[in-house]
Amino acid sequence: MNFTPKERERFDFAVIANWIPPGERVLDLGCGDGRLLRYLRETKGVVGYGVEIDHQSVLGCIRNGVDVIQIDIERGLSGFEDRSFNHVVISQALQAMHATERILNEMLRVAEEAVVSFPNFAFRTNREAIAEGHMPVSEDLPYEWYDTPNVRFFTIADFEALCARLGIEIRERLAFDESGRPVIEDPNLNGSLAFYRLGRK
Amino acid sequence: MPLENSVGVVVPQRVRFNEPIALRSGASLPSFELVYETYGTLNAARSNAVLICHALSGGHHVAGTYADNPKNVGWWDNLVGPGKPLDTNRFFVVGVNNLGGCYGSTGPISINPDTGKRYGADFPMVTVEDWVAAQARLADHLGIDTWAAVMGGSLGGMQALEWSLQFPERIRHALVIASAPKLSAQNIAFNEVARQAILSDPDFHGGHYAEHGVVPAKGLRLARMIGHITYLSDSQMGEKFGRQLRHGEHKFSYDVDFEVESYLRYQGDKFAGFFDANTYLITTKALDYFDPAYKYDGDLPAALERATANFLVVSFTTDWRFSPARSREIVFALLHNRRHVAYAEIDCDAGHDSFLLDDAHYHAVLRAYLENISI
Repeated sequence: MNFTPKERERFDFAVIANWIPPGERVLDLGCGDGRLLRYLRETKGVVGYGVEIDHQSVLGCIRNGVDVIQIDIERGLSGFEDRSFNHVVISQALQAMHATERILNEMLRVAEEAVVSFPNFAFRTNREAIAEGHMPVSEDLPYEWYDTPNVRFFTIADFEALCARLGIEIRERLAFDESGRPVIEDPNLNGSLAFYRLGRK
Repeated sequence: MPLENSVGVVVPQRVRFNEPIALRSGASLPSFELVYETYGTLNAARSNAVLICHALSGGHHVAGTYADNPKNVGWWDNLVGPGKPLDTNRFFVVGVNNLGGCYGSTGPISINPDTGKRYGADFPMVTVEDWVAAQARLADHLGIDTWAAVMGGSLGGMQALEWSLQFPERIRHALVIASAPKLSAQNIAFNEVARQAILSDPDFHGGHYAEHGVVPAKGLRLARMIGHITYLSDSQMGEKFGRQLRHGEHKFSYDVDFEVESYLRYQGDKFAGFFDANTYLITTKALDYFDPAYKYDGDLPAALERATANFLVVSFTTDWRFSPARSREIVFALLHNRRHVAYAEIDCDAGHDSFLLDDAHYHAVLRAYLENISI
């Protein structure tokens, strides 16, 4: 049974919220209309700020009463002070950004810990699509190749290799299939969506 | 001509304060008057008042029209009115002409009680801090302990910021639009050229031109022309005028050849016809001096520590006079102090003047923020 979009969103939020202790300061990169921050505020009492470049999303944040800062994450987070947040979150937005390494390094500069979620390109059905000669379109990669906002296509294995190279410690990893069931065995093959808790060694 | 969602015909009011006001320069005024307008109704809890601070050439006439001059529409009428982003069905809105102004508040064109003549150059310099102190007297007079919001664009935004520093407990929200925490050297340089244009006008007479029955119109006109160049973006000027010729051919004269020259001359002449040169001088100095971090060794985050208001900071991508980077300084200084702040960078072609326009997205942002203010 597949999720409705709303259920799916709640599921993602719940996974992330599980890693955020109550009352923390949280920075959400690519925060959309601020829904996650509002959820974290309501369920965890966090003090949250969002960063977003899209005009309509910024307007959405302001409507939602979420503190949002309209800047381009690709240019870095230079205005944010070191360790000024407990957690920094990038929820299914890293794959839509070019400056992957810089963003990961910046995240672990401005916060003690980072939470990253992304669609795993090596998920079984994605591999099957490629084997059949087509770019994958799935629950977690819902765009056609010609209209996708994603610019970086990577796998769980790729991401972990990059973390190792950047000296980033993987403190916890969760992977889920398209129905939201946790995946233990071979997550790079069986996981559609991956969540990480990252820190500095 | 009835305007849509207009507050309609408005009547300016005047209040006199007989307690002396000490100014930042060390001078003081024994008493002063402010003219102001209000729109909407102050609620019983007195919790719905919004102060609008004006920029260089604005005044108390923010919205609506005058019975005897229906064409004189308030300078922010597109924002303020029933159903507009700053909704006068919900908010009680106050516009005020600042101290030192030339629209009726005590200023250089007022009569100096000591001499029986106009102050002229004898009017003391006033600063953003002084304006806010004077505005606080008006708030007292109106029975407003705490503003739901203080807002303004450009120099008006500086006053909103100053309110949050001078009276942190009297302001719940500050809307700082197309503004900056202080002027850059380039900003000051433009102001200095404008001042020199006025000061070197033979009709200036050391600021006592009124006694000579003249005004330094040439200098004021030039000052305004320079100002206008900085209010517009290069792209918008290009779009508006390009290299359009007034006479369809090069005339090889110093009369208007290009349409942009005509525009600047028109704006300069219009302004010189009604604005007071001494007010212009004082106001540009107020801009130059504004720098809340001055007393904190340039440390803006330290200066903003006292601010407890929630902030909306707005900038415009094509504003090169007060660029988005200047607004971000305010945003990150507030973030350092863990204050609530939302920051929107609006794509608008019109440069610094964008804050006066009714760009749909810009107004949607202001509306969304204002709607969330509890009253």
